[in-house]
Amino acid sequence: MAREGDQTEALAAMEASREGDSTLLLRLRGTWRLAGTLPSAADVTRELERAGATALRVDASGIAGWDSGLVVFLFGVLETCRARGLPVDHEGLPPPLVRMLALVQEAALPPPSSQAPKPRWLERLGRRALGWRERVRDVASFVGETTVALGRFVTGRARFRGQDLGLLLEGAGPGALPIVALVNFLVGIILAFVGITQLRRFGAEYYVADIVGIAVARDMAALITAIVLAGRSGAAYAAQIATMKVTQEVDALRTLGISPVEFLVVPRLVAITLMMPLLTLFADLMGILGGAAVGTTMMNQAVASYLRQTAQSVTQGDIVGGLVKSAVYGALIALTGTARGLEAERSSERVGEAATKAVVTGVVAIIAACGIFQYVFFLFGW
Amino acid sequence: MTDAILTVRNLTMAFGDRVVMEGLDFQIRRGEIYVVMGGSGCGKSTLLRHMLGLQEPAAGEVLFGEESFTRAGPADRERLLRRVGVLYQGSALWTSMTLAENVALPLQQFTKLSAARIQEVVELKLALVGLHGFESFHPWELSGGMQKRAGLARAIALDPEILFIDEPSASLDPPTGRRLDRLIRELRDALGTTVVVVTHDVASIVGIASRALFLDGEARRAIAEGPPAELRDHGPDKVRAFFAGGRGLEPSPS
Repeated sequence: MAREGDQTEALAAMEASREGDSTLLLRLRGTWRLAGTLPSAADVTRELERAGATALRVDASGIAGWDSGLVVFLFGVLETCRARGLPVDHEGLPPPLVRMLALVQEAALPPPSSQAPKPRWLERLGRRALGWRERVRDVASFVGETTVALGRFVTGRARFRGQDLGLLLEGAGPGALPIVALVNFLVGIILAFVGITQLRRFGAEYYVADIVGIAVARDMAALITAIVLAGRSGAAYAAQIATMKVTQEVDALRTLGISPVEFLVVPRLVAITLMMPLLTLFADLMGILGGAAVGTTMMNQAVASYLRQTAQSVTQGDIVGGLVKSAVYGALIALTGTARGLEAERSSERVGEAATKAVVTGVVAIIAACGIFQYVFFLFGW
Repeated sequence: MTDAILTVRNLTMAFGDRVVMEGLDFQIRRGEIYVVMGGSGCGKSTLLRHMLGLQEPAAGEVLFGEESFTRAGPADRERLLRRVGVLYQGSALWTSMTLAENVALPLQQFTKLSAARIQEVVELKLALVGLHGFESFHPWELSGGMQKRAGLARAIALDPEILFIDEPSASLDPPTGRRLDRLIRELRDALGTTVVVVTHDVASIVGIASRALFLDGEARRAIAEGPPAELRDHGPDKVRAFFAGGRGLEPSPS
């Protein structure tokens, strides 16, 4: 068959004429290529109506070459005629085309029951509202399942791979060190700047070491580290587990009798909950050093005296409180990340969605938890 | 033979130092259905990846017509690949799109057809593979066999000159597999498509192949080439044994 590039090809054309009283004869000529301008099935319908024909004969002896364009056209014509109950005589078509059309038509099963029409906005709103109950139940059952699996983990009966846990510990801990260090150092600098400029109005800028130290140790180090890890590990957990759903790896675990919660959720939960306090302790140090960098340069204070003052103001309770909070944040990151991964549907688009949702829910959960901690710590006077 | 649409010349395939196949030499003629067969792991799919430029040969070259594909630059490769359609073993449909969108994408990207015309073509191609009415379904809502057929609809969206198919009948029940074979033959007859099939399904080979190439994984070379019936009856022992292994499972339609 001739391919593209032939400029001499005759254009596709169609000629309709009456044959006898009731038959419309359709003569096709030229080269029928999808890329060119082709007559459409609607043209044939018009001719059929004008002629008042009750049968159609197609003669394609004038056709020089074709591709799918001709098949599309003929398919459309045949469908039109079938819908109107008109007999079609396509003896005049090349045999391979007749066979292909037969294949198309025999395959034209009744379309499956079409999907439900798109609900209106009120219905969608209602469904979403009712969906909340289900969501709450899903969350509760996920948390419950995780708790049970955690129990099995603690008693050494959970099924998971030790080397997975090792890799996860490495990824959530040492792997995150540089970025955690950098971000917390910068936060220390910011706190010190804000602190000094405000305290200076009362002539109390000397207390900046206290403010930075306490803010970092009690809250900021844990909070900032948690947000960094939500973006790093939470998103990674969600994307990985969602991909495992696409490739049916999660199904494979399930049918082996291995609970995905035990195998996938628990190691991540344990890894990040263990690593968060360690990272936070390190972040405490970096935050204080960041504050010291500003404090000592802006106030001409000696580094040793800045640090000594920090040591006097920050209590052990402040630091331990921060570490406890960080462990809770870590658990939230792991839970939101893995839950978003497990709820994903089997499509590549959903993998990206799962990662996005994991970060968003993770960060919201962390900040909400932080607020609750403030209130509880305030109530107990810690 | 001047009508060769694809030529593999003295091709050696290797993963690092491990040589998979050596000295492959064959030509595929315009309008034929050429089957590459052999046992599992003999390098069939690797050969397919070489012909598509997904893997670079350790030695030798692949030519499309008279033009070397192996030595072509990125722009030329892209132009040559435009003439090619591929049905992957796992069908490789884009899961975030509906079937109609999957088939429409190549048409939207590489033709200037109007949206209405594209829709017509998409409907036809899906009807050809027996998926009329499934336009708005997503791949994960379909069975493996249906995904495979949808993958074929996408592969033929642009009326390729050469259609590559990796294991057409894998994951299909025999009747569906035979129907796919028939469809492949009709595509060749009606649209002049050259088809290159990689498979180990004996029934399929006898049913559709104009000529077949037998790769021997142990000898690391091709040991026979010819029409399948001839290979089955008069080929080397290994090839006849291969065909005999599948005998009695399927009556050959040819």
